[in-house]
Order: sequence, then C-alpha cells, then structure tokens
Amino acid sequence: MAKWHDFLEKDGRAPVWPYPIRYDQEQQIDTDVLVIGGGIAGCWAAISAARQGASVALVEKGDTIRSGAGGPGCDHWCNAPANPLSNVDPDEWAEVMSEMPYCNGIGNQIQCREDWDTLVEMEQIGGKIRDTKDEYVGAEGRDAKTRLMISPRYTRNASFGPDAEDRRRLASNPEGKLNNVVIRVWGTTFKPALKKECRRLGVKIYDRVMVTSLLTEKGAQGGRVIGATGLNGRTGEFMIFRSKAAVLATAGDWSLFLLNTELAGYNTFRSRTMTGDGSAMAFRAGAALTMMERTGVIMLGTGYKHTWYGGAGDASYENVPLVDANGKLLPWPTQGWADGGAMRPSPEVMEKIIKGIQKGEYALPFYGDFPAMAEIERRATWKLMLGEESTTKVITDSYEKAGFDPAKHLLQNYSFIEGESPSQWRTTGGGGPVVDWDLKTTLDGLYVAGENMFSAGDHSYAAATGRYAGRKAAAYAQQVGAGDVSADQIKVEKARVYAPIQRTSGIDWKELHAGIARAMQYFGTEYKTEGILKMGLDALKEIEEVHVPRLYALDPHKLMRSVEDLSLLTLGQIVINASLARPASSRMLNHFRIDYPELDPPQWQKFLTIRLEDGKVKTDRMPLRYWGDLKAGYEAHNQDYAGVYQGK
Amino acid sequence: MAEKKIYALPNIATPSAPVIFHEDVCNGCNHCVEVCQVDVYIPNPEKGKPPVILHPDECWYCGCCVNDCPRPGSITFNWPVQQRAYWKDKASGQVLRDSQS
Repeated sequence: MAKWHDFLEKDGRAPVWPYPIRYDQEQQIDTDVLVIGGGIAGCWAAISAARQGASVALVEKGDTIRSGAGGPGCDHWCNAPANPLSNVDPDEWAEVMSEMPYCNGIGNQIQCREDWDTLVEMEQIGGKIRDTKDEYVGAEGRDAKTRLMISPRYTRNASFGPDAEDRRRLASNPEGKLNNVVIRVWGTTFKPALKKECRRLGVKIYDRVMVTSLLTEKGAQGGRVIGATGLNGRTGEFMIFRSKAAVLATAGDWSLFLLNTELAGYNTFRSRTMTGDGSAMAFRAGAALTMMERTGVIMLGTGYKHTWYGGAGDASYENVPLVDANGKLLPWPTQGWADGGAMRPSPEVMEKIIKGIQKGEYALPFYGDFPAMAEIERRATWKLMLGEESTTKVITDSYEKAGFDPAKHLLQNYSFIEGESPSQWRTTGGGGPVVDWDLKTTLDGLYVAGENMFSAGDHSYAAATGRYAGRKAAAYAQQVGAGDVSADQIKVEKARVYAPIQRTSGIDWKELHAGIARAMQYFGTEYKTEGILKMGLDALKEIEEVHVPRLYALDPHKLMRSVEDLSLLTLGQIVINASLARPASSRMLNHFRIDYPELDPPQWQKFLTIRLEDGKVKTDRMPLRYWGDLKAGYEAHNQDYAGVYQGK
Repeated sequence: MAEKKIYALPNIATPSAPVIFHEDVCNGCNHCVEVCQVDVYIPNPEKGKPPVILHPDECWYCGCCVNDCPRPGSITFNWPVQQRAYWKDKASGQVLRDSQS
C-alpha cells in the first residue's frame, strides 16, 4: 500500500491531497534578515546573522534538516589553509586558487581565511570533525594529537585535474611537506546540527516554501531589496516576507538542458529543487549577474550514466588503484596520496589508455582494486570518505547488503563502456549575481552566498561564505529601516504564481520543462552563432507567450514545479542573452562562437555582466580581478572580524 | 484466477519505487516524509502505515529517508535495475551484481 495506485485498487479512488489547501490565504512575516534557501550556505547565513542579534527568517523549499546538495553529507572540508596542521599561508593559497580565470576571488579569500573557524563552529554545534573514537589510527594523514584527518586532496596543488600531481611548492610551504589544507570530516552529522542550531538561536524556519520573487522598494526594478514572496509547495499558501536585508543561497540549476525530468534525478549531485530560482529572481529585480554564458557538459548522472559515486574511479574513491579486466594496473590516478588527489589522467596518458584498449593491451571493463589496498586505507575510503559523502552512504550500504566486500571484491568502473555525454547535456556553469567585498549584490539589501555567487559547488565554501554573508547582512539590517512594499508588485506576482491553477487543461510542468530544455539544447550549446542564439531567444519567447499560458497544475506541489519552470525559462533567457553579448570564444567558459572563433582574445578576458533596466537587457564588462588585492581587500572589510564564535 | 477489478491506469512512472517499505517494521512516523527534499512521499491516509510514494520520478537518490529512519529496517533502498552495480570476486574472477529483489 505504498503506491498511489494501490489506493485505487483498494478504495476505488486516489488518496486525497494530505495537506490543507490554502491558495486563497497569505501570511506576512517581518524580519531583519531573510535567508533564501536552507542548504549549507543558507543555514550558515541564518546562524551567523542570528548570532549578530538580528531576527532571521530562513525559507527552504524542502526541509532544512536534509535539504540542499550538502544535506545528506560531506566528506571533505576543502581549502582550510588556516587549520592548525596546514603548511601553507591562507592568503597565498587564496592567491593560487584565484589564478584560475573567471573564479570568484572574493569567495576564495573568505574561504581561506574563515573556513577553519567555520569548521570549529561546526564542531561546537555537534558536527563530527575528528576521529574521536580512534577508528582510523594508522591511516595516512591522521594527526595523533588533534585526531584531525588530513585528506589526500590538493596536497600538492589546488587542483583535482591531471596537474594535481605536479608539485607546485608555495613560498610559504616548507620543503618536503604536503599542504594539509583539506580535512576529512563526518559530514552526515552536519545538516541536522545546523537546523538544530538555527532553532536554538530563534531563527524562524519556513520549510516547504519556494521563494518566487524579490520585493524591491516601491516595486522598482533596481531598487533596494526589501523582502520576497513565497509559495508553500504543500498547501499553496502565499507568503510575504518583509526584510531589511536578504541573503540569496539557492545555488544554481541542474536541469535547464535536460529533457527528461524523471531519469535526471539519478544522483546528479543536485536534486530537482535546484532550478536557478535565485539568479532568476535577482535578475528580475534588477541585479547584475555574471558568468551566465558559461555552461558545462554534464559528464555524470542524468540517468543515462551509471549512478555517480556508484562506480570505482568516481569522486571520493581515494587511493583505489584501477586495474583492467585481467587485473593489470592502469596508469590512472588514484585520487590519493600518490598523485595529489588527481582524478583524471592527463590527455597523453588517456590517449595511451585508449590505444591500449584498441590494441587489446587493456581489457574492459576496468575495476577498482580495493583488495590491493592496505586495510586501514581501504576502510578510510569505504567507510569514511564514501560513507560520509553527500549521497554515497546509501550506495555503499546497498552494495554491502547485496554482498559486496571491499576486502574481496573489485568494484566496476564504467568509463568508456557507458559512452561519452553528448555536448547538449549541460548545466549552467556557476553564474550568479556580482558581489562586492560584503558579498552584497549590485542591489542594496541583497547579499549572496555559496554556489549562487558565481562559484563552484563546494560544501565548505558554501559554509564559509554563508557565515560571512549572514554577518554582513545583519550589520546592514541594523542601519536601515523597513522598506516601502508595493501592493502592485505583490498583486502581479500573485497572478503569475497562481495562473497554472486557474486552468484545468493544457500542458503540465514536465512538458514545459522538456520544451525549455529542448530549446536550450538546440540553440544554446555546442554550435553558437548570432543567428542560432537569436533563434534561441525567439524560441524561449514563443514558449513564454504561447506555452506558459497553457500551463496547468493540479495541486500545490505541481504548482511549485510549474513556477520552478518559470525560473528555468528566465534562466535560459539570461544564458542566451549573455552568450549573445560575448562575441568571442573562451575555453574556460566553454563558450564557443562559430562567428568569433578566436579563443580568449585579450579584450574579452573580462567578466560579462547582464542585468535588466526598465525591462531591457543591459550588458557590461568588468575586469577579471575586479576585487583588487585579495589580502588587502579582505582585511579592509573585516577589521571587526571576531573569529570563532564565543557567545552562547 | 480470482476476480479483480481492472482499472484504466496510465503507465507507471519510471522509476516507480525508489524504496520498499516494510509494513511489519514501519510504524508510520513519517520522518522520511519530512527529510525528503523533493516530497517523494506523502503521509499515508491511514495512521501508523508507511507513507505513500507519490512522486517517485522526482527522487534524486540521496538516501536520507533510509539513512535517517528512526526504525531501521522499515525502508530498503531499491535501486532501479539500470542503476545497479557490478563487481568481481578477486579470487575467482566471477562477475557479481547487486541482485537484491
């Protein structure tokens, strides 16, 4: 009796919607700081703002206890060069990280300075960060005194690519010593502890609520952000939040280019709830976004690939040697101590492997040779790294139940035999609002944290920047009064959100989703010209004008999914407009224009920004290192930083 | 064959059952309904019974419902057939698979 059709057979009817329907009701909440998204970044922003004495409302689409990409767990606390075992200077490490073009240097600097403090606070509130039970005595990287466990990641270089192996000694790094910047952690303990701490501090948590738009002073595009509207995905109730400062922490998207709404769920690092809401609402409010033209090909998950983390060689399979079907060792990095955590072979080595396969020198499939590992390292990888990683515990548990024993069995690797991803399977590549040293956007009252701030998805980065944004938002909230909410802005938003329930037929959210993804695949991926991109804009406009008005929803859940589609549609329009506005190709941005084939010409080694002004798209350029000197910038803006929380 | 009413139903969603509930262990506390960030489940209309799998097609296989279940054994993860793993016994060379049913 677990499936809905069981009820048809038993009772002759489907189960009744289990939650009260409140489409016609609204709730108004007044708060100093509003945090949008209750994942890692959002929880830390809420905790940190509350610790500054601000009243805080935290709004989350799922349930804060396990929501977000880092909700299930986390195995590495990355880039914590201020930890007591580190052998490098945090500022130097931040500089090295920020050499990568189109990164967010401000976020890197914050992470390097405050990541360790954040982890100490994580421990204070109940997260496990040390081998307190002495389960891994003897494992490489374990420090007997502190019981901290250094990870084999980034031990030589800030990279997990083939160049991770190349020892790049930092000036601050003593000869012969590894960097020790990444710490193994028991991340499955983190999210429930964060929610508990939010509650303890009096943060008002609104679970199952999707924020649909930002409210601006007098409803003006480009005005100060003074709140947000929300929709409860279980009851359909409308929420109006009035705030002095808001922190966006909704990460990015993971389905804009994927047609299939079902299979796409198979462990792609991100759940269905990540639909680019934050970037879409910030853009509509008038904030400048950047990096929106960058897209990345999805190499994993999607349902058409094996379950990511489910095959040897996937992330977190540290120190596991790969062998061919005959047991012959492959020149494949082990993500371990031997190779600085490198995950992929260099192009030269990869070519050698491919030629070896063709000549019969290497037999497919490949396997991860767990039995060849030292027992303690095998256990650290299987139980700690894989057992604590985000979505991996349920994989290793399932395998063990089915009889897999890492001491005896080789785990299959799916490279080559599952094929390559077509270049049309993409994700937007970590774009978002432009931020300053306060992590404030170009709109007053609006702050950003985590992946949402044109950054990569990284648990500790989300935590450190969330904690920082919450602190800055709380300080701003102390200086300003409540804003002037426009009744018209709320009325227009309500009409937009509830339109799908006014209809009883047309198209459902899944069909609209696939339609948007198809347009993005045709006109926004591998083959870009001005003509193709303009066709993309036309296609999305046609969807907006013809198909969005056909959208219908049968219940609050499907209504929320429908409104998510509208976020994706806006996101797609931003991506295509940004792609049009960069008439140059770029390897780092994975942006190739047939009509402008020159790679990374000097005049285009710039951030492209995009925003709405009076409803019109405006673009501009910003220098790649617009933040100036990282160390000086951080210090100038954080003279009052108090370090690890000492309060109650 | 016993007479059974046949309904006109659409095809079952794929995947249809990311987990299997064990009614003899599950007490219907609905903790899994709360930890699921995509609302795969709704509470069972009958109190004390396992939740109803309403949106299996939205599951992202994070496993939190199983990991956090306060009554272990109530829920078993049920990987879709095409996502099941392969492995090999090092000593015998025999290829094995996650064949849990």
